[in-house]
Amino acid sequence: MALFIIKRLGLALLVALTVSIISFVLLRTSGDAAIAIAGEGARDIDIEAIRQAYGLDRPLAVQYLIWLGQTLGGDFGQSLYFKTDVVDLVLAKAPVTLLLGLLSLAFALLVAIPLGVLAAVFANSWIDRAALAVAVFGQAMPNFFFALLLVMLFSITFRWLPVSGSGSWLHFVMPTVALGYYAAPAFMRLVRAGMVEVLSADYVRTARAKGLPTRTVVFKHALRNAIVPVVALSAVQLGYLLGGSVVIETIFALDGLGFLAYQSITHKDFPVIQAVVVMLSVIYVLLTLLGDIANAWLDPRIRVA
Amino acid sequence: MTRPILEVANLSVDIRTAGGTLQAVRDVSFSVGRGETLCLVGESGCGKSVTSLAIMDLLPRAATRRVSRLAFDGVDLARSGKGAVNALRGNRMAMIFQEPMTALNPAYTIGDQLTEGYRRHKKAGAAEARERAVHLLEKVGIAAAGDRLGQYPHQLSGGLRQRIMIAMALMCGPDLVIADEPTTALDVTIQAQILRLLAELQRELGIALVLITHDLGVVGRIADRVAVMYAGEVVENGTAAEIFTHPRHPYTQGLMDCIPLPGRTKPGERLGVIPGVVPSLVGGIQGCPFRDRCPHARPVCAETPPVKTQGEHAWRCILEDA
Ligand SMILES: Nc1ncnc2c1ncn2[C@@H]1O[C@H](COP(=O)(O)OP(=O)(O)O)[C@@H](O)[C@H]1O
Ligand code: SF4
Ligand SMILES: [Mg+2]
Repeated sequence: MALFIIKRLGLALLVALTVSIISFVLLRTSGDAAIAIAGEGARDIDIEAIRQAYGLDRPLAVQYLIWLGQTLGGDFGQSLYFKTDVVDLVLAKAPVTLLLGLLSLAFALLVAIPLGVLAAVFANSWIDRAALAVAVFGQAMPNFFFALLLVMLFSITFRWLPVSGSGSWLHFVMPTVALGYYAAPAFMRLVRAGMVEVLSADYVRTARAKGLPTRTVVFKHALRNAIVPVVALSAVQLGYLLGGSVVIETIFALDGLGFLAYQSITHKDFPVIQAVVVMLSVIYVLLTLLGDIANAWLDPRIRVA
Repeated sequence: MTRPILEVANLSVDIRTAGGTLQAVRDVSFSVGRGETLCLVGESGCGKSVTSLAIMDLLPRAATRRVSRLAFDGVDLARSGKGAVNALRGNRMAMIFQEPMTALNPAYTIGDQLTEGYRRHKKAGAAEARERAVHLLEKVGIAAAGDRLGQYPHQLSGGLRQRIMIAMALMCGPDLVIADEPTTALDVTIQAQILRLLAELQRELGIALVLITHDLGVVGRIADRVAVMYAGEVVENGTAAEIFTHPRHPYTQGLMDCIPLPGRTKPGERLGVIPGVVPSLVGGIQGCPFRDRCPHARPVCAETPPVKTQGEHAWRCILEDA
């Protein structure tokens, strides 16, 4: 188990490093950082001075290594737009995004697990088809569109929920639903497929032969086995949800990392973008690792070896 | 005669498959007295498992059961609600399955799986159920029974798991146990041990046992009654003595001919092979299903053969006495 974790950690580091290289190269080739720093309408000579001062005239590889060195030392630099330390900025916004991610994950599971179980227990019936319809709907609709529908319904028509901002828990309701609903179909399919398989397993028949009521057979004996892959997917999906928060936070002006990323991109705030991308990728990789560990732990064949 | 513990009358099971409807079990009737051992024998695929699952109401979803009477201790299960059937299952009637490797839930401990039915049916507390589980594990010959309760199925061998399945079936002190080829999946050396154990427990506890087996040697030793199945039908049914000494149906005779002579019978001898193939069960069978393989077949066998009886002995064949 320890070896397994060490191996996966090494892999995680490698992935994070690769992401940082790719994002660095993409960012540096997508626009001239010196122009961004100097601001609109700066003179060529000033831009040139900035380019030299920031080392932007050096080869890309050298620039990357310098950045990597500073980053590993905990120095992500200064925000060009907010004029504050990038680390402070990112840390201040992270809790909102993490909360949104966890809430929408919880929402997705809350919707997907009961639907998936129902669909499997009543496989090929109208209940199954109705659950499938909900899932297809969720997957087919872009989440920004769904978010706008929610806004129209709950903020404009009923006036129950605030349109934007992050002041209270009410501000989290629509972002959570919009983001979570998007993740639910994948869970639902996984739960349904797992349950259909497990429900025809011999040990489920054994449980029925004991005279246990249907709910015990379904929830204790079947779901416990069908849920194992869901745990791993939860971690991966949480990563996706953090990525998806860029769009959702922007729509609802929810003041988290996603909104920060959007603002930094519009203002060509390279250090912040780079930091957010690296941070999200590290979280993503760590979550995947966590999922694998949880998976191993949930399976007694691996845990009690 | 006292009321039988199990009465099955005109049981049929259809299974929907991609190739059409498979008539897996057709018009099967038999009964089992209290404390009696009925052996259900027949070639693989003749419908033994489906019959036992139909009795326990454990058929797969693709299967449909029709039965004119399916009575446990006088109560017709076919006309009882789900709750009433669940109150009997695992309590007064229990089943042991063919595959011990997959019959236990990998996610729960042996102790949990042994005690959950007992706790439900007997409204027992955890300590009492645990005590009962330890008692039964010892009874089925498992050493260090207390330690086993905390183990998971993957930590145990197939033989141990099947002992645990037997203990599980006995937890609530059932009146009837159905054991579907309980040793087929095990090593030959362990097979005999498990069957001996089952037979001993059956006698000691006075349980009625329906044993599905390929092993005619075992049938000869422990059966009170024998039902012979062929292509979904019970073709002959009678006391073990009658079936062994005076088999009436040509199929039963064929099976008996395949047993080596007394004295030369090897332990664990399996049913022999009768030349020919079993007809397809898809889409229904006209006439006697055995006629393609029967040495006595005549044109009249293309019509449904009558059921002949002599005392408790019954067989489906045109012949009075072959
Ligand atoms: N779940 C199922 N789906 C389709 N066919 C089945 C299923 N279970 C059993 N059958 C078919 O029903 C017939 C009887 O099977 P079974 O009762 O398992 O035979 P056996 O006497 O070997 O126990 C066989 O033809 C088998 O292929
Ligand atoms: S009915 Fe005819 S074919 Fe069938 S077993 Fe009897 S003699 Fe043979
Ligand atoms: Mg079978």
